[in-house]
Amino acid sequence: MLEAKNVSIDYGKRHAVVDVSLRVSPGDLMAIVGANGAGKSSLLRALNGTIRPSVGEILLDDKPLNSFSRRAVGRRIAVVTQEALLAFPVSVLEYVLGGRYAWSGSGTWGWESERDLEIAARVLRQTELENFSARLMNELSGGERQRAVLARALATEAGILLLDEPTANLDLAHQASMLQLVRAHCDERAAAAVIVTHDINLAAEFANNVVLLKGGHLIAAGKPRDVLTEELLSEVLEIKVLVDAHPLSGAPRITPAHELRR
Amino acid sequence: MAWSKSLARFTRKLLSKDNVNERTTTIDRNAASLERNARATLRKTLIVCGALAVVLILISIVAATMGSERLPVADLLRALFTGGTNTGALTATQRAILFDIRLPRILLAATVGASLAASGASYQALLRNALAEPYLLGISNGAAVGTMVALVFLGANEWTRPLMAFGGALAATFVVYRLARGRAGATPEKLILAGVIVTTFQSSAIVFITTLMDATRIRSFTFWLLGDLSQATPRSIWIAVVSTVVGVVALTLKARPLNLMMLGERDAFDLGVEVERVRLQVFLAASLLVGVSVALGGSVGYVGLVVPHLVRMSTSGDNRLTIPAAALAGASFVIVADTLARTVIAPRELPVGAITALIGAPLFIYLLKRR
Repeated sequence: MLEAKNVSIDYGKRHAVVDVSLRVSPGDLMAIVGANGAGKSSLLRALNGTIRPSVGEILLDDKPLNSFSRRAVGRRIAVVTQEALLAFPVSVLEYVLGGRYAWSGSGTWGWESERDLEIAARVLRQTELENFSARLMNELSGGERQRAVLARALATEAGILLLDEPTANLDLAHQASMLQLVRAHCDERAAAAVIVTHDINLAAEFANNVVLLKGGHLIAAGKPRDVLTEELLSEVLEIKVLVDAHPLSGAPRITPAHELRR
Repeated sequence: MAWSKSLARFTRKLLSKDNVNERTTTIDRNAASLERNARATLRKTLIVCGALAVVLILISIVAATMGSERLPVADLLRALFTGGTNTGALTATQRAILFDIRLPRILLAATVGASLAASGASYQALLRNALAEPYLLGISNGAAVGTMVALVFLGANEWTRPLMAFGGALAATFVVYRLARGRAGATPEKLILAGVIVTTFQSSAIVFITTLMDATRIRSFTFWLLGDLSQATPRSIWIAVVSTVVGVVALTLKARPLNLMMLGERDAFDLGVEVERVRLQVFLAASLLVGVSVALGGSVGYVGLVVPHLVRMSTSGDNRLTIPAAALAGASFVIVADTLARTVIAPRELPVGAITALIGAPLFIYLLKRR
């Protein structure tokens, strides 16, 4: 449903992404893992058209992404970034309703329809924010705000979610529940998600597809079990890691093996 | 039909004395009221704008009675409603004062106020900064340069002045936007600096053009630069009214994407907004509003700062409500300021910009300090 074909992204002379191809299908949760500056975010940004690849192309439902209007892309692809700085006070409900923009028609005079409100109420329930709808975004804690960002993305009803380090500001419980929510969204609605994360253990547990990037190059792609090996991870992250099976889930568990200084 | 639903709920409550049922009803109602406060709606917008329109009409009538020649309200209303055919006890002079001087002036004040307030609200949304204001950003000055070029080099014509002012405002808007813009919107420091740079550059252009004028015209120009609504003529006023309506409606139609852009252009892009196109449309509409209002009324400062701020504070930050409400409130604000300007030291007059700056500058300092 969403495909990158031989994509390269250059910033001036710097090559951020070099000849990367990947494909996500309905139900997929793909994690992109790599060190800082490996080109993860650039790749994610190219997938929804914010950045134009210097070489290669992005295909949405087998058609070039450029051939869709922004509105059409907004209905199909939603982006979750780390919480943004808001210059004006806005309520959680107003913020989440922003996700309905791409669906706005002429029948409601530019205002939200009943259906928009129903969807907003549903996603607020899903993200446990139903009692926060009248609160202002900048009064929320970091974790609550991050959930509101996810709620807005879910409100778009897009079939593809792109998430850029969505768990960075969350405590352990909310990290897991956010990814569970994304996982459930993929399973129930046959949606796809691409998630850029530094948390390899979360990726191992929730993703069914992992892509390793290093210096803009795709090093490996495949099932977590096959890709998240000591060898590959040590190469990509440039730090020695130990990989064993998680005692409960059996998913690969990654532990960095620091050389301890005494 | 919200009322029919609540009526049905009410009857159900009357019919059944069930306690549980009653409790759920209250919970429902709490949830509904919470949601109503959480966002602006079309209904709320219509109520707020309706109320502001009534205030605007009342203020206009009061302003029309005031001045060196006091006009009795009853006669004034009769004259207005009959379109001047039945002027009652008004003398011919009073009639001329009403229709040829005061009404055009009040209409001009209203259009200038509406234009500056609506464009101020839009600049604030686009630059993501509540301190953005056409006068402080140097956009009014850009329009002033355009007007003066038209006057000195192209001959005074009712159309060339507003057109050149529009061009000047548009050029200034683009320069300020380029200078002030950053990834997270315009920081106040960058914004104010960009405004200072653009303003001083244009001030020197204004000085340069002024030296080309003869001494008798210079005084009336300095007055106009500070905002002078006394030059309103029944003919020029129609240009102002039409462009104001067009500009405010255009901005209101772009209010929903503007809401998203106000929170971040990249997020807005992700959500399906054609950011570049909306930005250009808003720049065009806002520059038209500033250009025409400056060409006819001079640079009236701080209206675009004070009015949107008060509207946001008392109603909602949703531009679908803020922009039309600010236009109506701005119209009332400038009519009051101009009535003060022409009555407090009568028979002499103050520039209206002096009055608005008196109110606006302290508010600006307050906003800057509050951050």
